Amino acid sequence: MQRIGVFVCHCGTNIAGTVDVAAVAEALGHEPGVVVSRDYQYMCSQAGQNMIAEEIKNNRLTGIVVCSCSPRMHEATFRKTAASAGINPYMVEIANIREQCSWVHKDMAVGTEKAIILARAAVAKVNLNAPLTPGETPVTKRALVIGGGIAGIQTALDIADAGFPVDIVEQKPTIGGKMAQLDKTFPTLDCAACILTPKMVDVAQNDKIRIFSYSEVTGVKGFVGNFDVTIKRKARYVKEDICTGCGLCTEKCPQKKIPNEFNLGMDNRHAIYIPFAQAVPKVATIDPEHCMMLKTGKCGVCSKVCGAGAIDYKAKDEYVEEKYGAIVVATGFNPISMDKFDEFAYSQSKDVVTSLELERLMNAAGPTGGTLLRPSDGEHPHTIVFVQCVGSRCTACADKGKEYCSKICCMYTAKHAMLIRDKYPDTEVYVFYIDVRTPGKNFDEFYRRAVEEYGVHYIKGMVGKVTPEGGKLKVQGSDLIYGKQLHIDADMVVLAAAIEPDKSARHLATMLTASMDTNDFFTEAHPKLRPVESPTAGVFLSGTCQGPKDIPETVSQAGAAASKVIGLLCKDKLTGNPCVAHPDELMCNGCSTCANVCPYGAITYIDKEFRMPDRTTKTRRVASVNEAVCQGCGACTVACMSGAMDLRGFSNKQIMAEVDAICK
Amino acid sequence: MQVTEYKPLIVAFCCNWCSYAGADLAGNNRLSYPADVKIIRVPCSCRVNPMFILRAFQRGADGVILCGCHPGDCHYTTGNYYTRRRMALLFSMLDYLGIERERTRVEWVSAAEGAKFAATMNDFVKTVAALGENKRLEDIRCKK
Repeated sequence: MQRIGVFVCHCGTNIAGTVDVAAVAEALGHEPGVVVSRDYQYMCSQAGQNMIAEEIKNNRLTGIVVCSCSPRMHEATFRKTAASAGINPYMVEIANIREQCSWVHKDMAVGTEKAIILARAAVAKVNLNAPLTPGETPVTKRALVIGGGIAGIQTALDIADAGFPVDIVEQKPTIGGKMAQLDKTFPTLDCAACILTPKMVDVAQNDKIRIFSYSEVTGVKGFVGNFDVTIKRKARYVKEDICTGCGLCTEKCPQKKIPNEFNLGMDNRHAIYIPFAQAVPKVATIDPEHCMMLKTGKCGVCSKVCGAGAIDYKAKDEYVEEKYGAIVVATGFNPISMDKFDEFAYSQSKDVVTSLELERLMNAAGPTGGTLLRPSDGEHPHTIVFVQCVGSRCTACADKGKEYCSKICCMYTAKHAMLIRDKYPDTEVYVFYIDVRTPGKNFDEFYRRAVEEYGVHYIKGMVGKVTPEGGKLKVQGSDLIYGKQLHIDADMVVLAAAIEPDKSARHLATMLTASMDTNDFFTEAHPKLRPVESPTAGVFLSGTCQGPKDIPETVSQAGAAASKVIGLLCKDKLTGNPCVAHPDELMCNGCSTCANVCPYGAITYIDKEFRMPDRTTKTRRVASVNEAVCQGCGACTVACMSGAMDLRGFSNKQIMAEVDAICK
Repeated sequence: MQVTEYKPLIVAFCCNWCSYAGADLAGNNRLSYPADVKIIRVPCSCRVNPMFILRAFQRGADGVILCGCHPGDCHYTTGNYYTRRRMALLFSMLDYLGIERERTRVEWVSAAEGAKFAATMNDFVKTVAALGENKRLEDIRCKK
């Protein structure tokens, strides 16, 4: 018989607010096997852990049940506590009475009743627990960074700096991400390209870093330290190692009316293209949707002009299989579509642009060569209206926009307004805002300069409607401070569109079994204390895939993620999972069913001698599990027809005991 | 006369990697669902022996729901495919036994789908509550 201790955590008021913890501790004290049952304010604190350790020693406990938050949060903590007090760490069970009880139920009586039942199930389980010892697995000393924006670049550089090889997978033909499209950066107004492109070159020249551009992750298997990843290298129809990036083909290609994604469709590119001058890798890519040679077999101009002979029309998608010890997600963001915000006439007038489009219009490498001109007629605009929070903080219109604050818009709008007033002092700039949010070093000073030194008109209020009329944009908005309606005849309207995670993120999260929130941002293992780790071991988060961020924050998070990866890759061995399958050899009849269902090939058959009752020996074929390879899914345990296979830590008896305890 | 509301007893088996995390996410987002649902953590949905489900019914559960990763996303690559086939067999057996089909359910809930988890549980509890108590398989000898 086990001697069990039950420890009920208040978690401040997180649990105690909806569960009568004292009543739970009292009720559990009467369960069979329970020797001591106590409640405490914060079980995970040092004092709480000390209390558990002391009770284990004083009462000679053999197993403990902690009624607290999810085992995904603190199971490891309490296992360590148990080990420090001298009992096997796998003699610990957690009853999840926070995430799956107090947080989802509001009534005290209901919550308490459920908490007692959950705790009882855990006690029933721990009664059948057996001490387990984990094996060890080696760590593949290579990291994968998914996404080649500033977040991915910084993470890769930092990991490579520590001496570990890194691969970057980027879906676009070049790394650089959104930052490559920006003109200047707040609050110092240094040009984005000037600070980003040297880093891109560093990545290209670092012999520890490989870039898989124009590629996607299509499959992830394995676990921390030992991920098997499949990377799809999309056919770019240009041999990456041969192309010199001279760009001759991109000039001669006859298909030249294709909207240029890099300039957000505001000018055109050819069917064979290099996204921008500083692209890394600087290699041409053929767009198969528009290339005549690929579509009809007639053309071949690029192949004729290419002196290096890099064009390969017969290229096929390739799949690369690689092993990694750690994976960093840095998939970034996109501005939301403006389709649902037609009150701002985005679809009706070319002169209504998003802020990212304005970045391109002001960039020296952009469609206008850096002169701010109206996209409709190429005239210099004299009145520009900025509309803030388009789709951000949209609580009433969650179907259109996002409920969260996109965080970067206040600052980049102040930057745009300031740059425009600086370069074109004859242009009047109006900014309609709900609130101006400038938390950050030198951010508020920056915003105040826009208002005080550059004379930008900040108007508290929202724009109701924009109507294109006679070459002008009639902007109708409200000024909440003066309590009046405003009508402004503008030449251009700039919409600060909300940002959302990249569309590829959800599919990726599913492959990685990483959690996401309702807005498709990746969830961190702990919102405050483990902000760059995903709850899935070995998966780390960098940049805006985790939430809206500006560049300084992204870079610091990227460095933090890299340091976590380095910490993991430094280890030679990781302790494995002792919850593996094991056969009862006396019951096994060697039928091979379990070996057939095992996804890891962990089960083999051995001939083993058994002593029979009549003192003879008989050799039988029985299953044998390789504990280093078994991952403990339990598929074999159900497939086994004679019931010989069982799973340690989740045995048939243990789960049955839980079922019985719940249904009591 | 006071009418007490019928409270079904629901056992939910959740795989550790997706659905259990989805349930945690529902908790993090404070998305409520009835307390009738009691979750048992299993490493993978394929760890759930149909015997466990029958045992739950035998011990008086009114509904059993089995949640796993979406097909193709299993942490163990193929576990939930086994689950899907095993459960198809179990369903036909339960039909044969005369247990209402609606009392057992298989759902795929990912770690990102806290809202789906709560909605699924709300819906399942409602469905089972409408069916009333499970008397068919319940073993009265197990009653105290």
